[in-house]
Amino acid sequence: MSPVSAATTALGRARFRDLLAAEWIKFWSLRSTPWVLLLGAAVVVLAAVKNATYTYDHFEPGPAAGYHQAALDSAFSSVGADVVMLVGGGLGAFVVVCEYASGLIRASLAAVPDRRALLLAKAAVLTGVMLGWGAAVSGTAFGVAQAVIGGRGIGLPITDPGAFRFVAAAALFAPVCALVGLCLGVLIRHTAASVVSTILVLFFVPSFFTDTYHWSADVAHALPFTAWRRLAEVDLTNQRVSPYPATVASGWITFAVWSVAAVAVAASTIRRRDH
Amino acid sequence: MIEVIELTKRYGRRAAVDGLTFTVRPGHVTGFLGPNGAGKSTTLRMVLGLNEPTSGTATVDGRSFRGLKRGLRHVGALLDAADVHGGRTGRAHLRALARSNAIPLGRVDDLLAEVGLAGAARRRIGGYSLGMRQRLGIAGALLGDPPVLLFDEPLNGLDPEGVLWVRGLFRRLAAEGRTVFVSSHLMSEMEHTADRLVVIGRGRLIADEGLAEFSARAGRSSVTVVAAEPARLTGVLTAAGATVRPGPEGALAVTGLSAPRIGELALEHRLLLHALTPRGASLEEAFMELTADSVEYLAGESR
Repeated sequence: MSPVSAATTALGRARFRDLLAAEWIKFWSLRSTPWVLLLGAAVVVLAAVKNATYTYDHFEPGPAAGYHQAALDSAFSSVGADVVMLVGGGLGAFVVVCEYASGLIRASLAAVPDRRALLLAKAAVLTGVMLGWGAAVSGTAFGVAQAVIGGRGIGLPITDPGAFRFVAAAALFAPVCALVGLCLGVLIRHTAASVVSTILVLFFVPSFFTDTYHWSADVAHALPFTAWRRLAEVDLTNQRVSPYPATVASGWITFAVWSVAAVAVAASTIRRRDH
Repeated sequence: MIEVIELTKRYGRRAAVDGLTFTVRPGHVTGFLGPNGAGKSTTLRMVLGLNEPTSGTATVDGRSFRGLKRGLRHVGALLDAADVHGGRTGRAHLRALARSNAIPLGRVDDLLAEVGLAGAARRRIGGYSLGMRQRLGIAGALLGDPPVLLFDEPLNGLDPEGVLWVRGLFRRLAAEGRTVFVSSHLMSEMEHTADRLVVIGRGRLIADEGLAEFSARAGRSSVTVVAAEPARLTGVLTAAGATVRPGPEGALAVTGLSAPRIGELALEHRLLLHALTPRGASLEEAFMELTADSVEYLAGESR
């Protein structure tokens, strides 16, 4: 058969779901990706086991209500959030930087000259995968932790008021971090520099803004990590409350704004640039 | 058909491509020649919409490539065989490209077999040789069965069998009425591949014509003479206005006189000739001569 007589008869229409399928193939055909996801998940779940065991061991009999927040924190603490930021942000940067670093981006754009559609498909697949991963990881960590501390009678069901929000916040944190990584990857294009700046933005910028002043508290609340922490604070009994507290709604809004802004900046950058 | 009109690309003050105008027609293999740094790759990238021209236009079948939603059914391109991710298998790489353009995935396996990579399809590209990557890139360009094909230096790294195969493929694609545009910095590669040439140097057009016209226009022909008394013949020919250089094995390379005129002069002076061979300038020489003024990076150049 001649290479060109195998003519593809139906002239394909430009459907977005074909781009999604192509990005899906790209995402899973790199061997390191599933390993990173698996390893990250294992660390989060192990941290949950360790935290829950600690809570179990240091349990002091009292009203179960006093343990409401502690029961949640056993499942997903800042260690879990750190791993999510690393895996999410790192993978997000990686999916675009690996195209720039290898030159594959030119082949991709020659196949799909509609750059915005290409980037949106990449972002959509990344969001989907990371949301699924985040939900599986935080759900598992929650289940495991509650099973451990259930021996003390303080385990919570997912139907508990606040528990669902806690798990959902952790699950959504993963795609938010991934989109920030994607955006910085498009802006910087260099592998190490993109991953390092993603980590800087997600991990270290929040520590510069304390809640001492109103303005710095406002900035802090508008950062993804702080927003996640606010959303994870379900029961404020016996907790130190910020003098300038953020609302739960502002936490969700922060997640949404960062995600949309990251994709918008990445899309406008990739459209204007020479490749 | 590819139409490039007054195409210019500046990087700062330097013009990589400078007012380039040419047309690449279907049904031919057109060679795109120029020394290193002449602007070939930049031009191809502008045709593919990867780089935005400073001014001028590049269109494919009358349309700007950037304006298309999907590209593979319009233009198949191999810009650089290294534009792949080494961690994927050849098959996964092509399947992702095919899927993005709604090309049936069965075509991927057909093409892998066609380019001789069936056995390596499920191996990671990181382990491929340069020649194998060229074959993979060519398969990628053919995925969408496009009417226009662009290849940037496709013969690099191919073994002799691969070079023959690629030449045959290009001719077949052109014979099917497609536009085939192949860049190279080596004339000798194009001599047996292309039937038309677009030659550029320092971003400017030097020639846009058929292979034969190019060679005739640029070449200075010479005559190789083997004589019984080379020293006397040299004197006679030089006196008649020729330039004579000693060649290998006592032969003389004569320029400035035709072979019949050299024969007449030898007869007049009763000089015995053993051989009298007219030589057309090789395409390589023609190319070197035409681009001599526009070579960007010259070995041994004092700065």
